Amino acid sequence: MMAGSGLHFVVLILAVAICGAASVFQPISDSHRSAAVDVFVPVDGSYKSLEEAYEALKTLEILGIDKKSDLSSRTCENVVKVLGSSSSTLKDAFYALSVNGILKCKTGEAVLLKDIVSQLQAGVKGAKSLLDFYYSVRGLVLVKEQFSGTDLSIGDAEAIFRSIKTLSQTDGRWRYSSNNPESSTFAADLAFETLAGVISLAPSEIDQSLIQTLKTGILKLFDSIQKYDDGTFYFDEKSVDASQSPISTTASVIKGLTSFAASESTGLNLPGDKIVGLAKFLLGVGIPGDAKDFFNQIDALACLEDNRFSVPLILSLPSTVISLSKKEPLKVKVSTVLGSTAPALSVKLTQAISSRSKDSSVINNQELKFDADSATYFLDSFPKNFDVGKYTFIFEIVLDDSANEKAYITEAQTKVPIAATGVISIENAEIAVLDSDLGSVESQKKLDLTKDGAVSLSANHLQKLRLSFQLTSPLGHVFKPHQAFFKLKHESQVEHIFLVKTSAKKSELVLDFLGLVEKLYYLSGKYEIQLTIGDASMENSLLSNIGHIELDLPERPEKAPRPPVQSTESHSSYGPKAEISHIFRIPEKLPAKQLSLVFLGLIVLPFIGFLIGLTQLGANIKSFPSSAGSAIPALLFHGGIAAVLLLYVLFWWKLDLFTTLKGVSLLGVFLLFVGHRTLSQLAAASNKLKSA
Amino acid sequence: MVKSTTKDAQDLFHSLRSTYVATPTNLKIIDLYVCFAVFTALIQVAYMALVGSFPFNSFLSGVLSCIGTAVLAVCLRIQVNKENKEFKDLAPERAFADFVLCNLVLHLVIINFLG
Repeated sequence: MMAGSGLHFVVLILAVAICGAASVFQPISDSHRSAAVDVFVPVDGSYKSLEEAYEALKTLEILGIDKKSDLSSRTCENVVKVLGSSSSTLKDAFYALSVNGILKCKTGEAVLLKDIVSQLQAGVKGAKSLLDFYYSVRGLVLVKEQFSGTDLSIGDAEAIFRSIKTLSQTDGRWRYSSNNPESSTFAADLAFETLAGVISLAPSEIDQSLIQTLKTGILKLFDSIQKYDDGTFYFDEKSVDASQSPISTTASVIKGLTSFAASESTGLNLPGDKIVGLAKFLLGVGIPGDAKDFFNQIDALACLEDNRFSVPLILSLPSTVISLSKKEPLKVKVSTVLGSTAPALSVKLTQAISSRSKDSSVINNQELKFDADSATYFLDSFPKNFDVGKYTFIFEIVLDDSANEKAYITEAQTKVPIAATGVISIENAEIAVLDSDLGSVESQKKLDLTKDGAVSLSANHLQKLRLSFQLTSPLGHVFKPHQAFFKLKHESQVEHIFLVKTSAKKSELVLDFLGLVEKLYYLSGKYEIQLTIGDASMENSLLSNIGHIELDLPERPEKAPRPPVQSTESHSSYGPKAEISHIFRIPEKLPAKQLSLVFLGLIVLPFIGFLIGLTQLGANIKSFPSSAGSAIPALLFHGGIAAVLLLYVLFWWKLDLFTTLKGVSLLGVFLLFVGHRTLSQLAAASNKLKSA
Repeated sequence: MVKSTTKDAQDLFHSLRSTYVATPTNLKIIDLYVCFAVFTALIQVAYMALVGSFPFNSFLSGVLSCIGTAVLAVCLRIQVNKENKEFKDLAPERAFADFVLCNLVLHLVIINFLG
C-alpha cells in the first residue's frame, strides 16, 4: 500500500547497520499486563511504603490496568496523612505528591498546601546533596502540576542550577554530594530531572550557555554506553558495589534524558541507533521478576514512547515459521515500544539469505502488503526457489511523509531468523538382506514408512542388511535430515542405534553383520527394527516400526563382553532407595558383671592384708606431734595429700588434664610449705633424741 | 643327698628369718607395703589373663601404678636404711618427702592414662 506513495524522504537512519546475531524483540503485550497485576497489586490491600505505592500505581497506569478502589482509598489516606503532617521527610513528601498525581486524592483545604510548599522551598534552600535537591525541586514541580494557582518560587534559580551543576564530572557521570567522591550514572538521572525541574519552574532565568554545557555532558555520558552482540545498548555502573542493575541504570538515563529534553526548547541531538538499542535492551528483558526492575522497565519505555527527540519503532513477528504446506503469509508488525500503532510507513524485505548458501539471496527487495484491519504487514507470495530450511530475513522500515508530529526512528536493518517447513516426501524405501561376498540380494522388501509394517527377515552373520530411501523436499531437491536413526532391539531389551547417511542421491545404511558380531554381544534371536527420521524443517517427521529380523550369530567366546544388564524399571531411580544398613564397630566383649565384682573384692584383699600386717608389726603413730604448733602443719600435710588424691579421683571422674594440673600445682605449692615445716620439725625432734 | 639339700634349704630359711626379725620396724613396714603393691599387680594380671585385655590402657595403668609405687618404696627403703653408707647424710624425712612427691606425680600420670 505504501509502495505507490513514493515520498520516502524522511529516512531517519542515523548510523551503520547493526551487525551480529539476529533476534526478535516483542513490544509490551498482554502477558506483561497480566504479570503486572500479579506483581504490583498487593495481596493484603496496602502498600508497604509510598515509594512502593508510587512505583506500582505508575506501572499500572502506564499499562492501562484498572486500579481497585479500596486500594486507592487506602493509599490516599496515607498520602493525606503524610501531606498533612509537618514532620514528614522530603522523600516522603515527594512520593506522596507523586502518588497523588496518579490517584488524584482529595486533599482537603489549601492550608496543607502552604505547609508542603514552604517545606519544599526550605528543602531547596538547605539542600546539601543531590537527593535533597531532587526531592525538593521535583516536589515543587508536582505541586505546580497538580494544584494550579499556587505561587511557587524557588529563589535564585540560577544559583541553584549552578550549585547542582558543580556535582557533575567530566566523564559525564555525577556525584551525589560535594563531600562524597562516589559518582554514578544513576546520579546523572537525578541531576537531569532536577535541572529540568528548575528550568520548568523558572524558565526565563537560566542562561543558555549553562544549558549548552549540560548537553555536551549528556553526550559525554553516552560514551560510557555498552553493547551486546544482538544490537542492544545499555548502561551499567562501573563501581563494583553499586546497588543498581543495568536495567535500573539504563532506565534512569532514559528518564533523565527525556525529562531534560521535555523542558528544553531546543532539541537534543542523540544518536538514533543507540536510542533504538536502549529500547531493544529494555524489551529484551522480557517480564522482570523484581518489582523495581518491572517499574524501571515500564517507566523508561513510557518515556521513550512519548518524547520530543526520537520515538523508537520496533519490528516484531508473531511467528517466525513459514509453513510451505499450509501456504499462510508471513506476518510482520511494527509498533512503538508499548505496543501502540506506528505512523504510516512501509516495510521492505531486502534480503532472504539461506543458511545453506550464504552469499546469494533468495528474495530481493520485496515490498510487504499492509492489512489495515489487523495493522500488520504481510508477505504472501514466495518465489519458486524458496525451499525448506533456515533463513535470515533482513527487513527495512521506510517511514512515509514528514507530516509526523514526533520524530520516529527505527533500526537500519532488522535481521530475523526464519524457519521454512514443508512436507518431505519419502520414496523408494526398501530393506534387503545381501550375501556379503557377491552382493547378491537374498531377500528384498519394499517399505511404506508412513505406517508400521510387519516385515519379517532373517539373516546370519555372513550376510549384510541394507536399508535405503529417498527424501525429497517440496521443490524436488534431495533432503538431508538432521536425524536418521536405525534401531535394532533384541528380545532381551538390548538396543543398538545406527546412523543412516545421506549422500547426494539417496539415504542408505549398510550393516555388515560379520563386523558387528561383537558389538551385538553375540546375541542371536529376534530383533525389532525401528526407523526414526526427523528435522526442524520436516513437518512429517516419523518414527516407524518396520518389522523384525531373525539374526543367527555364532556362539559367544569366553572373553567377549557380556551385554549390559537392562534395568527394567528405569523410573525406579526416582523412588526411594534401598535402606542403608550401617555396620558399626562390634563392641568388645566385656566380662560378666559378677566376675568383675569378684575381682574387685579380690583386689581389696591385699590392702586388708597390708593393714593386718601393720597391726601385727606394731606400727603406730606415736611420733605424731602433739603440741598445737606442730600438729597443725602435720595435719595440713596429711590433709593436703588427701586433697591431692581426691583431686585425682575427680580428674578421673569428670575433670580434664588442664584443670587438674592447675589444681595440682596450687596444692603442690601448699604441700611444699606445709610438708617442709612438718618434716623439718620431725627431723629436729629426731636429732634432739639422737643427741640426747 | 636329697635330705641334705632340704636340710640346707630349711637352715637357710631359718637363718633368713632370724636375721629378718632384727630389721627395724620402719623397714618392715616398707617391705609390707611393697608386698601389698606386688600382690595387687599380680591379681590384676590374673584378671587380665582371664577376661582379655580389652581396655589395655586401663590394665597397663593399673599394673604400672602398683609396680611404680613398689619401686618408689624400694628406693625409700634403700635411702632410709641406716646400714647403707652412701645415704648416711640424707635425712630420712627428706627421702620420705621425695617418696610422697614421686608417688603423687606417678599417680597423676596413671590417672590420666586410666581413661
